[in-house]
Amino acid sequence: MEHIRLPKVENVRLLDRVSPRRRRVGTLYLTATHSIFVENESGMRNETWVLHSLVCNVEKQAASASGCPLLIHCKNFQVLQFVISRERECHDVHLSLQRLSQPERYEELYCFSYKPNIDEEERRQEWDFLDLKADYSRMGLPNSLWKLSPVNQHYKVSDTYPADLFVPESATPPVIVGSSKFRSRGRFPALSYYSKENHAAICRSSQPLSGFSARCLEDEQMLEAILRSNPRSDFMYVVDTRPKLNAIANRAAGKGYENEDNYSNIKFQFIGIENIHVMRNSQQKMLEVCELRSPSISDFLEGLESSGWLKHIKAVLDAGIFIAKAVAEEGVSVLVHCSDGWDRTAQVCSVASVLLDPYYRSLKGFMVLIEKDWVSFGHKFSHRCNHLVGDPKEVSPVIDQFLECVWQLMEQFPCAFEFSERLLITIHSHIYSCQFGNFIGNNQRERIELGLRERTHSLWSYIWTNRADYINPLYRPNHSQTQGLLRPSTAPYCFKFWSGLYNRFDRGMHPRQSVEDYLRAIQEETQQLEEQLTSHKEKITQIEQEQEWNVTSKETTFDKSPTVWALGNDLGLANTPQDYTGGFITSSPCQPKADSSLILLPKDLNQTSDSNFSNSSDQESGIADVSCRSPLSEDSTRDADSDEAAYSAA
Amino acid sequence: MEFAELIKTPRVDGVVLHRPFMPIVEGTLCLTGHHLILSSRQDNTEELWLLHSNIDSIEKRFVGSLGSIIVKCKDLRVIQLDIPGMEECLNIASSIETLSTLDSVSLMYPFFYRPMFEVIEDGWNSFLPQDAFKDLESMTDEWRLSEVNKDFTVCPSYPPLVAVPKDVDDDTLRKVATFRHGGRFPVLSYYHKKNGMVMMRAGQPLTGTNGRRCKEDEKLINATLRPGKRGYIIDTRTISVAQQAKARGGGFESEANYPQWRRIHKAIERSNVLQESLIKLVEACNDQSHNMDRWLSKLEASSWQTNVKEILTTACLAAQCIDREGASVLVHGTEGADSTLQVTSLAQIILDPACRTIKGFQGLVEREWLQAGHPFQQRCAQSAYSNTKPRQEAPVFLLFLDCVWQILRQFPCSFEFSESFLVLLFEHAYASQFGTFLGNSAAERAKLSLPEKTVSLWSWVNRPQELERLTNPLYEANSLVIWPSVAPQSLLLWEGVFLRWNRSSKCLDEAYEEMVHIIEYNKELQNKVNTLRRQLAQLETEDPLLHTP
Repeated sequence: MEHIRLPKVENVRLLDRVSPRRRRVGTLYLTATHSIFVENESGMRNETWVLHSLVCNVEKQAASASGCPLLIHCKNFQVLQFVISRERECHDVHLSLQRLSQPERYEELYCFSYKPNIDEEERRQEWDFLDLKADYSRMGLPNSLWKLSPVNQHYKVSDTYPADLFVPESATPPVIVGSSKFRSRGRFPALSYYSKENHAAICRSSQPLSGFSARCLEDEQMLEAILRSNPRSDFMYVVDTRPKLNAIANRAAGKGYENEDNYSNIKFQFIGIENIHVMRNSQQKMLEVCELRSPSISDFLEGLESSGWLKHIKAVLDAGIFIAKAVAEEGVSVLVHCSDGWDRTAQVCSVASVLLDPYYRSLKGFMVLIEKDWVSFGHKFSHRCNHLVGDPKEVSPVIDQFLECVWQLMEQFPCAFEFSERLLITIHSHIYSCQFGNFIGNNQRERIELGLRERTHSLWSYIWTNRADYINPLYRPNHSQTQGLLRPSTAPYCFKFWSGLYNRFDRGMHPRQSVEDYLRAIQEETQQLEEQLTSHKEKITQIEQEQEWNVTSKETTFDKSPTVWALGNDLGLANTPQDYTGGFITSSPCQPKADSSLILLPKDLNQTSDSNFSNSSDQESGIADVSCRSPLSEDSTRDADSDEAAYSAA
Repeated sequence: MEFAELIKTPRVDGVVLHRPFMPIVEGTLCLTGHHLILSSRQDNTEELWLLHSNIDSIEKRFVGSLGSIIVKCKDLRVIQLDIPGMEECLNIASSIETLSTLDSVSLMYPFFYRPMFEVIEDGWNSFLPQDAFKDLESMTDEWRLSEVNKDFTVCPSYPPLVAVPKDVDDDTLRKVATFRHGGRFPVLSYYHKKNGMVMMRAGQPLTGTNGRRCKEDEKLINATLRPGKRGYIIDTRTISVAQQAKARGGGFESEANYPQWRRIHKAIERSNVLQESLIKLVEACNDQSHNMDRWLSKLEASSWQTNVKEILTTACLAAQCIDREGASVLVHGTEGADSTLQVTSLAQIILDPACRTIKGFQGLVEREWLQAGHPFQQRCAQSAYSNTKPRQEAPVFLLFLDCVWQILRQFPCSFEFSESFLVLLFEHAYASQFGTFLGNSAAERAKLSLPEKTVSLWSWVNRPQELERLTNPLYEANSLVIWPSVAPQSLLLWEGVFLRWNRSSKCLDEAYEEMVHIIEYNKELQNKVNTLRRQLAQLETEDPLLHTP
């Protein structure tokens, strides 16, 4: 491979980020798709795989006597710190990784070289797994109020919109085209969600090109058509998700917002969600807090506050709640827009849909929702997620915020979602990994041009195949929490920090026993018991009826408790302390024999002075070691045969 | 004194009660010597029975002749009573104020309470020191039970029986007691069966500014070390606080006089700071502004989570010294009755699986808090809403419970009890019909004849129906040491206490029920399958054909 200056470096140290005194020594390999660190420890094959497309930056730090440190930040929030002994090698690895992690053309992306062992016919079927038309028919569309419009076939009216769009029955092509000319990027008002029960709808668009006084008759007719498609309502909301100041500033550029006087029966509303630049900076600050070495509670809380992250999450959720309530409780239709209608609009419409419709809280429905409100409506995934080297100002964690809103809801409504946190994390990871074709490109038109359906695999079918991993054991379709509108509280204390995502790779921070896994194991056992029960009953009836000799089948007995299955690895974790000492304890002559290998107290830290008894508690422990040894813990094993593919590509 | 004198208006009709997450109730308000009762006399509405001792403070508001009393409880609940009639309202308010702040312990409700349940096992006898010592004797013969304090003269805050090194006689103990704050000479807190290491606790040594020594103290402490072994002294105060203590006659063990011991200073706050922290935290939780920045900054400013982290870290350190370093540990702060007990009891939760059972945890509370002389009555006299200037009040025990909750959350399958047990202990420590948490020490409890005159909380808890309610359905005995994470990301606000009255827990309760249902259904199926399997086996053996070769 042309970009790999050095395929293999020996004697590389991988430091534990939170406690650099713990390190692993091994060999670093660079392949076309992954960096692979193989630990030299005898007997144990311990590998760390990092996909190049997940690398968001590589930083070569000042060399010291021990070598040249290389810091790698990943888009899935993994942080790796290597120390390479020779500066020259470090330089080569640095340049290689920089190039490999910043592809210039779509063709370089991992999805085009990712070839799991699936034949072409099956691959094609993967892409038929989700069908958006089926979702619209689930909503009861088309009907007498809404129709499928062919107006954007071949992307002639709006090149960032999907080809198939639902518009009010009364909206004629001239009205639609006229309206589109009055909207940024031609993104005219189109249907996002329709409530069968009360005919209220959520529509979305971009901002109107109203400037200080411009009007557009067709646009006014378009909004009136939306209003008329909800026969029981005499007004509609127009929600501008931007802060008012931002919207006003846009007027000077010939853009802006709807004037209530020009549109009949609209109620106009600003909801102040900040723009992509504010969100990018906020997440950056929040991640810096996550990366602090042994922070105090004050460091953490102050940092979290000054990042503003949770405030932004609350703003998105508040906006979603406003819209969901308008639809479900008032029966009023809503038109949502921001500037271009592909960031905040996507967030708010999809959050509202999750709140409104239990279907979107099912595993399949959630995938449909992302496909509809994000992928098809042209959220610019490749720009926002930095898939290709490009304008850093285009990058923003807009989809992260949506996934987090859903997570916050899951925390408040533990029984309402068919899927668990694990699904959100997997989706997050693959939005950035470029392993699947789903999120490549910025809109439908680009995806068709790239031939993604023809050349890549679909994440949705992968998830569906492995759905047992993503099911929330507490979900029951007939549970009261599952039904109807969710009414979350948005009091500040209801928002939690999502360490499961942002500190995902700091395993020592997470609960060492998982209730979810425990319950999942119980349910699995229950299912087997149900089968046994039926078969026993049948056998007994058979014996009783026939009174004939029967072959006894070997019984499976359940003497093994489910915890043992679920927590086999985690109990190992349970048995290793963090460093609560701040490093003053020297290794003592009588370390316990059996499990002492888990704690590594370097001998060179014989500090004895009183002043060293700091109250800090860094994260050093044997935890990371243990987790790496456990076969289930390495994420790459979960991610669809990535190993195999990379080997073949290498 | 007659309670009747304090109750000017015993009864008011037409009172409207507002409670969090419950429908408004209109009914008759009655005051008794110990309770505030509101009853609508309808079958379907729940009555309010509130112990006066649970009332932390009240506020009065008047709109015309309609008065409202806002009652703020020690369990952090806030309720409102709308009382028609200015005079009635004022009378009720003043009666509540007096009845909720009675100084005399013997007037407290536990002395009047008669149990409505059958006592299966008298909780006053459930956790006797001599029984605990029997367990110790089965593991080691290096310790003995001393009666030196049988009349509470050597140490007024210690129980009559304490475990001390076998080779140290009572005279030595008496001398050591004069060298330790409050006479709290070093006693055994925990024996680690796995490696024979021990944890002891004491009051601070009274070294003073001129570095006073006590040979007997040095001898006692060294007697707990195995030959060639070192130990750690964990002083829960920072070095500077410990230095300052010298000026008041206190101090710490100098390494020169205790060469086999290494001293570590941690920074657990003193009780008055903790009380301030609780007040600020509860104020933050009740802030109605719905502003995220304000919430995070108030939460931070309360320092509550910082206190949790510091206490937990110190306990982990003690446990680590014992289990990982194979060293014995002596823990003390100033008096040795607050932060010391937080550390020693939490370290046992981490190290000893027995403390993670319901009975074991009760035993721990009994040993390390009640017998060890944590002044519950002083510490729990007021909670977060009190307007009076705190004297001795401090949420020391509540912080301990919070830390246990943090560990429970990180190891949800390793505890036999559920969160509700911890909440229950919090409530009863502050206001209770049971005598368990009355008094400040074993001596005071003996003087008050609590075992004879009141019912023990454990008598009530240790009945099948209560135990069932408090049992964690996920529990699977875990014999390992459990090391919690103390990273800020791992320590959460204890919603079950601090947000209990601020946000509805309906959905979380439903999730809990769902979990119980999943587990119970599994058990039910196991039983059914086993029954059928036996039936099948029987049918098969009865079948004559089966016996033919």
